[in-house]
Amino acid sequence: MEKFHMRMGDGSATELSESELRRDLEDGTKDAAERAKIPPLSQNELAYLFDVYSSPARFVGVDRGNEVIFSYDNGAGKSKEDITEIPLHRVQEAQVYEKFLGADMADFGHIDYSFKPVKSIVTFEQQALEYALLVTTVPMFYGSQPNLGSYTQPDGPCPNPMELLPQGKIAEARAAQEEMMEHAVKDMVYVGSAMYESGADGINFDTTGAAGDADFLATLRAVEILRKKYPQIAMMVGMAGEFILGMHGELTYDGVRVAGLYPHKQLELVEKAGATIFGPAININTDRSGAWNVARAVTFVKPCVENSNIPVHANMGMGLSGIPMADCPPVDAVSRASKAMVEITRLDGL
Amino acid sequence: MGVGDPVGMEVAHVSASGMGGIRTAGDLVARMQISRGMKIKEAKEYVAGKLKVSVLELSDPVVMGELRQDLNIGTMSPFVGGAKGIEAKLRIAELLGIEINCVNKFKDKVKW
Repeated sequence: MEKFHMRMGDGSATELSESELRRDLEDGTKDAAERAKIPPLSQNELAYLFDVYSSPARFVGVDRGNEVIFSYDNGAGKSKEDITEIPLHRVQEAQVYEKFLGADMADFGHIDYSFKPVKSIVTFEQQALEYALLVTTVPMFYGSQPNLGSYTQPDGPCPNPMELLPQGKIAEARAAQEEMMEHAVKDMVYVGSAMYESGADGINFDTTGAAGDADFLATLRAVEILRKKYPQIAMMVGMAGEFILGMHGELTYDGVRVAGLYPHKQLELVEKAGATIFGPAININTDRSGAWNVARAVTFVKPCVENSNIPVHANMGMGLSGIPMADCPPVDAVSRASKAMVEITRLDGL
Repeated sequence: MGVGDPVGMEVAHVSASGMGGIRTAGDLVARMQISRGMKIKEAKEYVAGKLKVSVLELSDPVVMGELRQDLNIGTMSPFVGGAKGIEAKLRIAELLGIEINCVNKFKDKVKW
């Protein structure tokens, strides 16, 4: 019986029979459809995925004409000494992304990549950004994370909801998150304004919702304020995961409860707030095959694209949307996930 | 956003499904997404119309390399005297009929 090479969600290699591959694809799309109450992939789409995953090719790609835009959320900081030990300045790294890696957009940011620490050094960030903008051609975003967790004691000003919740102090935990939101909105607007005033094409709100519903809501409010302040500013809102955790549980935006939203519903609020690009992020299950994970991821993303009025760039970094959770994801897995996401969902970028 | 996390993965992604940035017309299509909110199909058609090429040629590095040089809008290997960085963006803003934030700041500074 023929066996097909397959990567698991952690990048390790395995083999699947034809029936196992078909079952994984069907189970993956069914899982997403049931969770988000969205349609599963059609039989034609599953047959397409079967072809992609049964191909013996080491590398696959989209058909000519189906290429999409690539934006980034690395802050031009992946080659810093403490990550890959290549001592490049981030301005140089942005140029590497533009010239060597074919980036359609570049992202510039601080190594901590959170709005709160950037606030106190914002003039240095502006200075570096202004120089980067002189020597690059592709659109450049200033990227950072809302990172609501950075506002808790002892590093931040607010009581820690994660300590209050186990003590049964629900009201106190909610109040703390509401206070954290106020601080985060101010910081995001402050930093976003400074970077736009320095010439950035836009602001990238990365890993939004990582601390739950308050994290997501704070970002929506910041986007709304910046949109009113700068009508031409571009703003990307990229998510931390497929589901908004209800760490507060009662927060709403424009009458919609934020906790529990899946990507196609997150998109509606992001659009309403005034963002330019939405980035859904689908979690990886390292114990399941790449085929299962990709079928699941494209099922989540497809209704986002169908219902959006703004470009959608799916997050397909390590451990997201079918890309294995491995430092060096194998190209056979990356290229299959990339092709499948683009050609099934018809999205605008990655 | 998206592909930035794992070092070394960008090459695989871009080769599989990316436009190619300034090697092709990727940055120009990206500019229409962020300045006008265009989806990928509309953005490609808009740029192809401005450049007077087909949509397929937008992702062809040979066609676009020569065209970018002719239009002087920035290339991967800049030629002597060719527009680089902010100079290229100034020309791109005019070519596409869009506002580019840093270009406007630059014009203000030099009293353009």
